[in-house]
Amino acid sequence: MYLEFENKDDKLIVYMSGELDHHSAEEVRNKIDDRLDRDNIVKLIMDFSSVTFMDSSGIGVVIGRYKKLNLKKGCICIAKVRNSVKRVFELSGMFKIIKLYDNIDEAVENI
Amino acid sequence: MYDNMMRVEFLSKSENESFARVAVAAFVSQLDPTIEELTDIKTAVSEAVTNSIIHGYENSKEGIVKIEAHIKDKELTVIIEDQGTGIDNIELAMQPLYTSRPDLERSGMGFTVMDTFMDNLTVESEKNKGTRLIMKKVFRSLS
Repeated sequence: MYLEFENKDDKLIVYMSGELDHHSAEEVRNKIDDRLDRDNIVKLIMDFSSVTFMDSSGIGVVIGRYKKLNLKKGCICIAKVRNSVKRVFELSGMFKIIKLYDNIDEAVENI
Repeated sequence: MYDNMMRVEFLSKSENESFARVAVAAFVSQLDPTIEELTDIKTAVSEAVTNSIIHGYENSKEGIVKIEAHIKDKELTVIIEDQGTGIDNIELAMQPLYTSRPDLERSGMGFTVMDTFMDNLTVESEKNKGTRLIMKKVFRSLS
């Protein structure tokens, strides 16, 4: 899995590409947490546009970041999720607590 | 009646999760599945193999995970087997959001995904002997 980061105002955007499963989840989790901790950021936007496959490990990664940021009074949202990935997220009912946006600009404005 | 079979075995390393789902998807391609059907199979296989690696073999990386897939006309049966610790309480394990390892940041959605994306799921497990999952899916696409 390949990650790219961008800081916009007080927000961190992570662009992910590749397959998000249990194997890649650990690396994704560590890299995002390092970046959040290093720059003391509490607002995270996860761009899923290039995530071509995801199993329930991805739900764990997103909920895990949600819990972490929630403790710091921060927030998280996800953006640009393709349908196959969305179906996995939908099973968990996660969209009740984490917002989904169609594009990054909209996410940046609203978070 | 058309039938076919394949069998693979691999070490319980997380690197093999992608190998496993791609191997089964490649075998299934002879049924001319839709993209959605292929994604369903890949996701379900990924969940099952991940369970064997994390829970069955507790991340030991030395266990063997076996996959057998059968095609009978339009029906695929995938059997995923490990000789790991087994599941204490299958009914509890299958409940959405339940995880036996809250320390690992798992969502507890593995069985729910398998159950939703496949047409049928059977779980057989015995303490310290291992676990065997049997998943079935009927392909609607025309070949």
